[in-house]
Amino acid sequence: MDRRSFLKAGAVAVSGGYAAPALSQGANARTLRFVPQANLANFDPIWGTQYVVRNASAMVWDTLYGVNDKLEPLPQMVEGETVSSDGLTWTFKLRAGLRFHDGTPVLAKDVVASIARWAPRDPMGQMVRAIQKELVAVDDTTFRWVLGSPYPKLKYALGKTNTPICFIMPERIATKFDSFTQIDEYVGSGPMRFIRNEWVPGASAVFQKFDQYVPRQGAPSWLSGGKVMGVDRVEWVVMPDPATAAAALQNGEVDWWENPITDLVPLMRRNRNIRLDIADPLGNIGSFRMNHLHAPFNSKKIRQAVLAAMSQEDYMRALVGTDDALWKPLPGFFTPGTPAYTEAGGDILKGPRNMDLAKRLLQEGGYNNEPVICIVAQDQPITKAQGDITADLLKRMGMNVDFVATDWGTTGQRRAMKNPPANGGWSMFHTWHAGADCVNPAAYNAVRGTGQNAWFGWPESKGVEDGVAEWFSAADAAAEKVAMDKINTSAIDDVVYAPTGFFLGYTAWRANVSGIQKGPLPFFWGVNKA
Amino acid sequence: MFAYIVRRVLATIPVMAIVALFVFSLLYIAPGDPAAVIAGDQATPDDVERIRASLGLDRPYLVRFGAWVWDIARGDLGVSIFTNLPVSTMIQQRIEPTLSLMIVTLILAITVAVPMGVVAAWRQGTTIDRAVMAFAVLGFSVPVFVVGYMLAYIFALELDWLPVQGYTPFSRGFWPWLQNLILPAIALGSVYIALIARITRATMLEVLQQDYIRTAKAKGLGQRAILFVHALKNAAVPIITIIGIGLAGLIGGAVVTESVFAIPGLGRLTVDAILRRDYPVIQGVVLLFSFVYVLVNLAIDLAYTLFDPRIRY
Repeated sequence: MDRRSFLKAGAVAVSGGYAAPALSQGANARTLRFVPQANLANFDPIWGTQYVVRNASAMVWDTLYGVNDKLEPLPQMVEGETVSSDGLTWTFKLRAGLRFHDGTPVLAKDVVASIARWAPRDPMGQMVRAIQKELVAVDDTTFRWVLGSPYPKLKYALGKTNTPICFIMPERIATKFDSFTQIDEYVGSGPMRFIRNEWVPGASAVFQKFDQYVPRQGAPSWLSGGKVMGVDRVEWVVMPDPATAAAALQNGEVDWWENPITDLVPLMRRNRNIRLDIADPLGNIGSFRMNHLHAPFNSKKIRQAVLAAMSQEDYMRALVGTDDALWKPLPGFFTPGTPAYTEAGGDILKGPRNMDLAKRLLQEGGYNNEPVICIVAQDQPITKAQGDITADLLKRMGMNVDFVATDWGTTGQRRAMKNPPANGGWSMFHTWHAGADCVNPAAYNAVRGTGQNAWFGWPESKGVEDGVAEWFSAADAAAEKVAMDKINTSAIDDVVYAPTGFFLGYTAWRANVSGIQKGPLPFFWGVNKA
Repeated sequence: MFAYIVRRVLATIPVMAIVALFVFSLLYIAPGDPAAVIAGDQATPDDVERIRASLGLDRPYLVRFGAWVWDIARGDLGVSIFTNLPVSTMIQQRIEPTLSLMIVTLILAITVAVPMGVVAAWRQGTTIDRAVMAFAVLGFSVPVFVVGYMLAYIFALELDWLPVQGYTPFSRGFWPWLQNLILPAIALGSVYIALIARITRATMLEVLQQDYIRTAKAKGLGQRAILFVHALKNAAVPIITIIGIGLAGLIGGAVVTESVFAIPGLGRLTVDAILRRDYPVIQGVVLLFSFVYVLVNLAIDLAYTLFDPRIRY
């Protein structure tokens, strides 16, 4: 029995396969019970950059800017900014009424300390730091950032959804712990307080409305706009078993399940008390990365052979099943449906798969039957499904596959090793990227081609790096588009990694809950419960 | 007896020391890196290295082991790499659900299985006996999670008698506490009911053939007195042994049950810690489990004396 059949059978067994009535009537309408994607194992959004930590932190800490659903950075904690004519000096003014959860006002010195803690851990933050001349608090509500060269994407850096987000915390905490040390005090600046003594890591986390929070005017849109809480209390209930989460949602024991697996979606669709929709239109990009340092994938032709042979449809069907609304082919590296999306140079990934071409490229690349150490984390359904497809693909191509079934923790360690595959290294591993991280090259480490300094696999691509530099200095959308085309073309030509397709996921909630936004993370402001 | 108990308790110290050394060494050589997990997917190798250094994971084996043993000797289990909470606090948060689940399961298993086994032996070869044996085979064969799903479907979703998941602390009342544990206890207990029932039946069959049982019958003693006073007491030692072994096995079974019913217990804590390579938590929980295991064995040895006066320590 495969994973999909097993889960479906389990869910059917638990749920009965048909609509169940709303049974639990005792729930407090002011409490929203939420099943997150994973366990909230730590609560420092700078130290731990997991998405689940970011999602919880977005309730507790506010940001200077926030991107909306059009990916525009809008003022959030700041009233506004002025920029000198040369683009080097940025002066920001905080809006009135901002308070931390301990009741103290948010001051410019807190902002400066928070930025200083965030920047070393963030790709965009690191770029700004590299050109930073001065970052100071001018007075209690004003701070100034002086740069050595223009950085037009500064507001985007401060308001993006990519982890780590530049959250604002008190100076005493931000300076006490560097960004590689975990904080032990959770004094937030956002609309919800973290109730530390009710936190049971691995089981539950509780957030209580912060009455002194002053939201902006206007409707909320992602991290921007008025973060007005419609409930007083949000309880996160961690459920490791999807079938149990489905049953709990049907039974009214929880109100919102962040990421139901696609196998259970048909079951929940039949329940009149449950609503389902695409969670995040920016979706995810599946990928596997080949090790550019060692044979066989140090050969560009061999990497291209894999692209010529791979069928993205095979990967996507393994991930999302038969629901065609949940996936798209992706002849490129950027998120479909976003302004920067491009398919330039992506022909090798389009059309019928060409095994003959793949075998020819393999030969031209000098493949000498070297073993391909294919690392596949079995405890992550996305990596496992992709790994099975890849192993089959490589075998059909005539490659010598050494399939290493392992867990995600081990993958995380082994992929960092630059040793030859025979000495504890690796040839390829599987992963995926949140589409929100891939809307542009700003925080998209995985697409970079900086060789030994690049992300795992260490691809080197001058074309990609030239394109990234052009994008950062682009003055307008047209120039950005040219740069993006260049990045995509070079990334495919050098095969910085192999995109296996674009896929979406659902989110599910009880019919008495309203105001859920589609987006890269669950936004709790604007959500109401009848 | 007192001297024996003291000797046995003192004997736990070298056992715990060996367990500690074994667990620490195993984790040291095991693949996986908590720093990589913490750093996340976007982290650079330098970031991972800095986190590893900040956690002290770059120190040599002996230095780390020495520091850990020194902390343990002072009663400090350390701090979780991920949550930044003391391991003792995390165990404290999780021990009540697991303990509750084990107690309810054990009570259920004993109260159901022992009478079943006794009756099956008494009515050997009848339909009752065959039904008990069929149940036992079923209990052994059907995995705990399947039983769990079926129970949740029938009693939670269909009949709406009990909740699907979760745990309510005992401090919030007996019934709220119990209603979250009934289904998990039945699911977890199914294997142990089957095991204990079979052992009870087999042991009782042997005892019921003994001369003193025939004598008791000849004296005109009632069936109930013969079964539960004379026969069962003499069959108790193997049954207690199997209950003790079962109790240790419950620790493992609780991992699955806690996941299926979303109970925040020690089983899930252990699995989460292993997957993340949260070394201090793994070490702390394994030490606790081994300590409990040693105590359970001691309790079983002492219980023998209650049923068999020939056993003396």
